[in-house]
Amino acid sequence: MSQTQLDAPRLVRTQPLLTARNVSKSYGSVPALRNVSASVFPGEVLGIVGESGSGKSTFLRCLNLEETPDAGSYTLDLPDADGNLFDLDRYARRMLCARQIGIVYQNPHLGLLMKHSSSGNVAERLLVAGERRFAVLRDKARAALEASEFPLERMDAPPIELSGGMQQRVQLAKAIALEPALLLLDEPTTGLDVSVQALVLDTLKRLQQERRITMVIVSHDLGVIRTLADRVMVMRRGEVVEAGLADQVFQDPQHAYSQQLVHAKL
Amino acid sequence: MSLILDVRALSKGFTMHHLGTRVDAFHDVSFVLQAGEFLLLKGRNGAGKSTLLRTLYRSYLAASGQILFHSSHGEIDLVRAADVDVTFLRRTEIGFVTQFLVARPRVSAEALVAEPLQRAGRAPAEALDEARHWLQAFGVKRDLWPAYPTTFSGGEQQKVNLARALILPQRLLLLDEPTASLDASARAALIDRLADLKSQGTAMIGVFHHPGDVAALIDREIDLTPDQIPEQTQNMAEDMERTDVVV
Amino acid sequence: MSLKSLTRDWQPMSFGFLDASAKREIRRTSLKAIAVPGCQIPYASREVPMARGWGTGGLQVSCTLITPRTRIKVIDQGADDSVNAASIRRFLARVSGAPTTMDTLEADLIQSRHRIPEEVLQDHQVLVLQVPNPEPLRPVEPNMSLARQMHADADYGRMWLQLYEQIVRSGRVMQGASYPSLVNGRYVMTPSPIPRWDVPKLHMARHLTLLSAGREKRLFAVPPFTRVEPLVFEDVPYRVEDHAGLSCARSGARGFFMNEIPQADGSSSYEISDSELGVKSIRQRDNETVTIGDTWYKNGEMAG
Repeated sequence: MSQTQLDAPRLVRTQPLLTARNVSKSYGSVPALRNVSASVFPGEVLGIVGESGSGKSTFLRCLNLEETPDAGSYTLDLPDADGNLFDLDRYARRMLCARQIGIVYQNPHLGLLMKHSSSGNVAERLLVAGERRFAVLRDKARAALEASEFPLERMDAPPIELSGGMQQRVQLAKAIALEPALLLLDEPTTGLDVSVQALVLDTLKRLQQERRITMVIVSHDLGVIRTLADRVMVMRRGEVVEAGLADQVFQDPQHAYSQQLVHAKL
Repeated sequence: MSLILDVRALSKGFTMHHLGTRVDAFHDVSFVLQAGEFLLLKGRNGAGKSTLLRTLYRSYLAASGQILFHSSHGEIDLVRAADVDVTFLRRTEIGFVTQFLVARPRVSAEALVAEPLQRAGRAPAEALDEARHWLQAFGVKRDLWPAYPTTFSGGEQQKVNLARALILPQRLLLLDEPTASLDASARAALIDRLADLKSQGTAMIGVFHHPGDVAALIDREIDLTPDQIPEQTQNMAEDMERTDVVV
Repeated sequence: MSLKSLTRDWQPMSFGFLDASAKREIRRTSLKAIAVPGCQIPYASREVPMARGWGTGGLQVSCTLITPRTRIKVIDQGADDSVNAASIRRFLARVSGAPTTMDTLEADLIQSRHRIPEEVLQDHQVLVLQVPNPEPLRPVEPNMSLARQMHADADYGRMWLQLYEQIVRSGRVMQGASYPSLVNGRYVMTPSPIPRWDVPKLHMARHLTLLSAGREKRLFAVPPFTRVEPLVFEDVPYRVEDHAGLSCARSGARGFFMNEIPQADGSSSYEISDSELGVKSIRQRDNETVTIGDTWYKNGEMAG
């Protein structure tokens, strides 16, 4: 039961891409995260489950460097990411996120400019990274939208005219346009129709299989996590109660809360 | 013969927090397995045969004991190994064969079967050729090869699954009733393939509803039926909060 | 010795209208603006006898820089003789006693609304541009606090996105005036609503340009020999207005920025926008002796 990944005996010498240690954060006197640690290896998908208010989205926002926790460290094993990323200033965070971290939010309004064109939303990422050739912007935006299985004849329509599922595809295209090292997904399919949800999940799964993108996906929906995740972390009240291989957590949950969660959804 | 698996005093039980009870699945199991050996797990229903297989695969967490696996990278205790290593070994050295296919939408049968070879670094065209060979061998109709298995009947899905699971020779193969509900010709193909892999040195542990199917392959048997029926349940402490969890 | 010998006589107003402390503040602000080319520096923006939005920013800078020997020229969209230009010129002359001129070559200080003269400005000349809206990021970020953060981070992705959107929707960049330009490789500024025709004149110019927004209380500068590069995609070249082939109906001058005069029959005729250059061209045509200075555009092409 000592599932501690950081000190487990190791066979293969791979470094985790992402290592977060003892991340804690409070909003006023309300603790949102308590000593949360996680590591994600290259090509792996980590799923974080838990009910509303468990701190999973806060943790994801910390990983996206939108929030700075009160304590803890966060490193990415990348040549342009030195030291504890929580110590970076606003400018360095923006540059790192633009190049290396993509995010898809539950609410498309957080991730998209609703009245600009969809292709422009994707192109903005490339513009921030310094691309200054219009033809290249068009080509790369088109390629990213195509990879997200977005209908290309609508690539210049603004997201406000699109359905929820299509908006999520635009967000996804924007997130993968620069081939980031890390893709963060915050309830990417919540609020979509079940059939649309399945299609978006299918796209994510295919992208993961084809490109081996390292992902962290947060959802209260165990079906989503079961479909995508290699490993699962169960959170409750800002703490990690259990973590392990996805099939193990779903088939043999150890903690009372995980059992309750898994059995409730089976 | 080289040692593949050294299981020592392995025990597994399930704690059911909502009932406040604990159920023992198996207790103090020890055995060794050499390369090319076939081990049959026996025992009455509920004796923990499938549970043992899943514990070896780390789908279940052992309560105590050791599973020393001699991988090509060295020895490792699967009970305590890091998740990333288990994932790695599952992809390269340890196979688990069930009767159920985990199909993925919009991936054709032949691509699904060829995938393990491609991941192991084989050229796509070559992998696809071999995938077609095994689909043929297991009797999947030719016009189904480029189709999506999500829509196949249970029997056809099972054949695709076997082709995929057995295409890449593994160091250790765990077989969880792969012959159940399989037609005679596919069963014959399966047994041929297992014999073939065995002669190449793959160690196997199997659970079979009708062990007669694989009688010719069996080297040893382990009976998991407990000597005496132990106390099935025992009360446990309510308070099981963990503070040491780190992913 | 009497007290009177140590003090000045009472005067109805300060030299240059503004009081000494206001002028000192604008001088300091101008120095900061010159030190950080293209960066908007806030200043107090005093009251002047003119409504906000009518050139009060430019007027305050002119009032500060003026001396009794500064020869001043004031233009409004190229014209020296429009009501606003004439009023401001008279006001500046009255509060300072400075001489005035309409000839670009003679002027020391040129206050302008929305145009840069066609004759090349020299290193002793100062151009003061009136700016209605100094914030190039306002269309993409209405929150000015965030816009200032974006300037600090050189976060101009949205700015570029706007150009991308224009090309996607209209097939070309639709920005007419106020074309956003990168100054000295660092800050994006709006060059005030001058036409695209005039933006290249700021690039590596010999003269100092001060841009001042009275209502918005911001001042910024393009020092001499400073790069001013319009934001433009590498594969979509910057295009100035298509005026190279037009000729002025009154003076016959060709190859300069024109005003379009709609005619009763639906056609258009054109007049040169830089009115004093038009006057000089007419005089030259009539065989008078005039000196037309070197122009930025020659035969409708910007001189490299």
